Amino acid sequence: MDAILLQVLNGLDKGSAYALIALGLTLIFGTLGVVNFAHGALFMIGAFCAVTMQRFLGMSFEEIDPTRTDFLGNPLKVQVPYVESWFGPEIGGAIVDWSVPLAIVLAIPVMIVLGFVMERGLIKHFYKRPHADQILVTFGLAIVLQEVIKYFFGANPIQTGAPDAFAGSFDFGAMLGFDPNVIIYPYWRMVYFLFSLIIIAGVFSFLRFTTFGMVVRAGMADRETVGLLGIDIDRRFTIMFGLAAAVAGLAGVMYTPILAPNYHMGMDFLVLSFVVVVVGGMGSLPGAVLAGFMLGILQSFASMNEVKEIIPGIDQVIIYLVAIIILLTRPRGLMGRKGVMED
Amino acid sequence: MLGLSAKDTRFLLIVIFLTLATPLLLQPFPEGSAMAQFNAGYPDLMQKFAIYGIFAIGFNILFGLTGYLSFGHAAFLGVGSYTVVWMYKLLGYNVLPGLVLAIIISALFALLIGFISLRRSGIYFSILTLAFAQMSYNLAYSVLTPITNGETGLQVYGNDPQILVGANSPTSPHLFGLVMRDSVQLDVGGWLFTFNIGYYFCAVIAILAFYLSLRIFRSPFGMMLRAIKTNQTRMNYTGLNTRPYTLAAFVISGMYAGLAGGLLASMDPLAGAERMQWTASGEVVLMTILGGAGTLMGPVLGAGFIKYFENIFSKINDNVLHAWFAVLPDGLENAVVAMIHPFVGKGWHLTLGILFMLVVIFLPGGLVEGGQRIARLFNRKKKSKGPGTGAGGHKPKPAPHVAE
Amino acid sequence: MTKSNLTRRGVLRTGAVTGAGLALPTIFTSGAYAFTNEPTGSTVKLGFNVPQSGPYADEGLDELRAQQLAVEHLNGVGDGGMLNTFSSKVLDGTGILGKKVEFVTGDTQTKSDAARASAKSMIEKDGVVMINGGSSSGVAVAVQGLCQEAGIIFMAGLTHSNDTTGKDRKANGFRHFFNAYMSGAALAPVLQKAYGSDRRAYHLTADYTWGYTQQESIAASTEALGWETVNNVLTPVGAGDFSSYIAPVLNSGADVLILNHYGGDMINSLTQAVQFGLRDKMVNGKQFEIVVPLYSELMAEGAGENIKGVYGSMNWNWQLQDEGTKAFVKSFGEKYGRPPSNSAHTCYVQTLLYADAVTRAGAFNPCAVAEALEGFEFDGMGNGPTLYRADDHQCFKDVLVMKGADNPTTKFDTLEVVEITPRAQVEYPSNHPMFGGDEASLGQCNDGA
Repeated sequence: MDAILLQVLNGLDKGSAYALIALGLTLIFGTLGVVNFAHGALFMIGAFCAVTMQRFLGMSFEEIDPTRTDFLGNPLKVQVPYVESWFGPEIGGAIVDWSVPLAIVLAIPVMIVLGFVMERGLIKHFYKRPHADQILVTFGLAIVLQEVIKYFFGANPIQTGAPDAFAGSFDFGAMLGFDPNVIIYPYWRMVYFLFSLIIIAGVFSFLRFTTFGMVVRAGMADRETVGLLGIDIDRRFTIMFGLAAAVAGLAGVMYTPILAPNYHMGMDFLVLSFVVVVVGGMGSLPGAVLAGFMLGILQSFASMNEVKEIIPGIDQVIIYLVAIIILLTRPRGLMGRKGVMED
Repeated sequence: MLGLSAKDTRFLLIVIFLTLATPLLLQPFPEGSAMAQFNAGYPDLMQKFAIYGIFAIGFNILFGLTGYLSFGHAAFLGVGSYTVVWMYKLLGYNVLPGLVLAIIISALFALLIGFISLRRSGIYFSILTLAFAQMSYNLAYSVLTPITNGETGLQVYGNDPQILVGANSPTSPHLFGLVMRDSVQLDVGGWLFTFNIGYYFCAVIAILAFYLSLRIFRSPFGMMLRAIKTNQTRMNYTGLNTRPYTLAAFVISGMYAGLAGGLLASMDPLAGAERMQWTASGEVVLMTILGGAGTLMGPVLGAGFIKYFENIFSKINDNVLHAWFAVLPDGLENAVVAMIHPFVGKGWHLTLGILFMLVVIFLPGGLVEGGQRIARLFNRKKKSKGPGTGAGGHKPKPAPHVAE
Repeated sequence: MTKSNLTRRGVLRTGAVTGAGLALPTIFTSGAYAFTNEPTGSTVKLGFNVPQSGPYADEGLDELRAQQLAVEHLNGVGDGGMLNTFSSKVLDGTGILGKKVEFVTGDTQTKSDAARASAKSMIEKDGVVMINGGSSSGVAVAVQGLCQEAGIIFMAGLTHSNDTTGKDRKANGFRHFFNAYMSGAALAPVLQKAYGSDRRAYHLTADYTWGYTQQESIAASTEALGWETVNNVLTPVGAGDFSSYIAPVLNSGADVLILNHYGGDMINSLTQAVQFGLRDKMVNGKQFEIVVPLYSELMAEGAGENIKGVYGSMNWNWQLQDEGTKAFVKSFGEKYGRPPSNSAHTCYVQTLLYADAVTRAGAFNPCAVAEALEGFEFDGMGNGPTLYRADDHQCFKDVLVMKGADNPTTKFDTLEVVEITPRAQVEYPSNHPMFGGDEASLGQCNDGA
């Protein structure tokens, strides 16, 4: 029982990341009809917004400390962050410490602008082109984006920690009356889970309760008719692309304390997020979220020693196995619509 | 000739000529010259051209004709390689038994995966094939290490049975004594040409594979596959069960992939698990689309394009750049090197990504369309007095419709 | 098409010259050389095959820096670095055997297929006599096998698996880096001293060959000191999120977590283990501890604060105080503005050792070079007196036990040397069961003739 509860918790944060990426992917696919292989790269760029924020806040000048020497025997140059010299080590240190949450402020405009530029500059020209061409061009874009990041930030993962206030874990089991140390859960993962719930709820209510969202949903269902009604659907779709990019970016920013960002993390998530989208059903937003959490939790279960002892290596293949089973029993995934991407 | 129309015969003859002359054609620059960096006429790369050409030709039979986009063909490549290496381990270094068995086993494997995956179409089919291939890769890398030797890659050890090996048998892959890695080198002036047995072995098989695919493209079976691509629903309404046809195409392309994988192991007796990774499946998709899906030559061109970049551009380092631009004044030399630096050597991925985008943006039909446009340009010049052929009604060839 | 025009011209031209060429007896097979890629001109080419794309690209970059520096020193450029401290004095800064040293580079992508393709292009196209570098055991074993078949010398870069000089050892291949067995032998006594001999260890192991050999080695040496191995859980390589493997650790009764991970996997698993608060817990009345058997500078940099106080082992570190290390760090630091990593050290030293062996043998023939390297004892290259053992081509020298520093001053000294384990303590017989037992053999040296 406790072991199962533990893995449900662990599956939730993994599922949150899957769900957020799949949500953005489905938004783009559902509205624009474009298969975006650069979506993982957007997630990665979001994560590097956090790195940039950390670097920005940590920008420092050099002070020579004559009492110590560096590895070549010269006097040591100590890096002092500007914020620390301006606000004193206490407040300055706290600002640097909070760089990941603060990066949200940077990530939202950056991702929206990037989304606009991508859609207007490139994706727009591919609406009428076959999906294979869309895959190739967005895949090319994904490579370019990740190589640019590699050029500036290197290939090594970059540690971007959570604020000290969220460091460590709490004993969730003890609260429920289990023995201590049986079910522990890091604070930051709880933050991430709640954060993703807020984003998901935000996106759904935006589509549900605003006129803008209504038009977009109508456009997803029947683009031609909406166009005939004299509504400029293209502009709205551009905004949707910016929104989807922002969702992926925010997912990336907040994930950095869990996974130190590196330049190829987008590719690592790309295949998985496509599997999630397809299992959820192409074009279905609730399906994407549901499948994200489901696969996250199943993956956690498969990692349990008890399960691995029965079927060795099951944790390596569980996602794909589930995808195969679901697609064979439910032809359009969990909640897919008929006729989407089937021909 | 050979059941081909005159035009196709001419086409095939050109392909045969180009394939056989590859060691000369790919070595255009003399040894020691600055441009020698761009020579590609060394055995390994030529073998790769032929082998990945076979892989892409086979993939095109499925994707180009039926429109089914498989994202798991690398699994068959891997199975083919593992089969051949296992035959080395059990029997001996003759490549023939392994290659035959590689085709058979990959066919069975393809039959199984195809039978299940083809129950769905569109992107659902793509994800099913992807899932099978990724499972194969993950297991081969870890749990199946006793069979695949995991990360290290399957290879022959001294204590393997190798029951057919006699005292004088070659100790590397061979075909009845013709050792694959033996070469004849021809030194002409500054040029050095390498004629490698392994390459010619692959080349002959590649020509056969190409001929077979040409026949399939022109056959009633090929027509049927094209009809499925155009409108599967209509085919079903005429009372025709399309599944056996698509399954046949899937198995045939799986056999091509298995053959290609087997040849990889025939040239180099080691089979690594990365061959089955999704990136490897993606690579053949990229080769086919880049070259021109649904065309006969396109996939081969695409395969050559990608392999060339991977092997030639990744080796251009700053030293090479400085050597090229040494004639320039120092400041300018450094500036030029700094400008090119991000795109070569460790940045070769960047160049490849940019080229993908450029090709797909400006040449919707792939490299083949680029060739056709240039050819048209020449024709127009020649027939400048004739009626406006080509130019006036210029329209990009409708790109192959995939999973739309 | 312009392309075919160009090539047709090419064919005509070569056709004309071919006639002339055939008249002279210039056709020869590779067998006409004395050995593969015999250098006949005034230069000799070395091949540096390192990861330049993929997760280990930064490590590859550092290896490349060191190799370039080594070539400079061999050609007499710069301050000579370790050539001044090396116990063998045959190298004089005029290249190797009077031939100027050149090099070509390639990208292994940390994939055995790509690494072999890149190595082959160096052998077949560029005519290198030796290949050096790399950053994973899978790649090292694959390229080592290739060099054996082709008949050139291979010197592995960063490869820590026992197999490289164990069951996959080859006559043409040498390894300067240490291995998993040595990590275990060096670490265990230090761990015993720090954490006592009554400990229960939980292993998380990367699910591939290197992970298996390291887990086996560490478990064997810690068990020999009285530790108990509670569990060994295999984790998928590149898993990213290790939470579902880490969370059950506390409840298993274990009080030490051993992370048999490398690179990004290690950075993530360690970070997440710290996030789960494992190191704040008390289990069995003892402080819970984490151990990372194999460290590298880049991993330490990536893991940041989380490595404080965590033990691990290393092949070499720039903070050593012997003359060789100081000379190398000085010339590397002055050229690149940063201290070298331990894989950079390995690649640098191997380049010099190869050059030295050629000079002592008086020939580039790989078999002569291998003979000169076999059983070679030397000093002055860091790590004290060093032996290249003839039986398995493994290098034996002192091994470093490291610990995450509590108060690093720069990003370069996040690790501190805790103990320099003497060579005698990490030695083992060449037919040790972890190294392929009696069946493992180097085979015959191959010079490709």
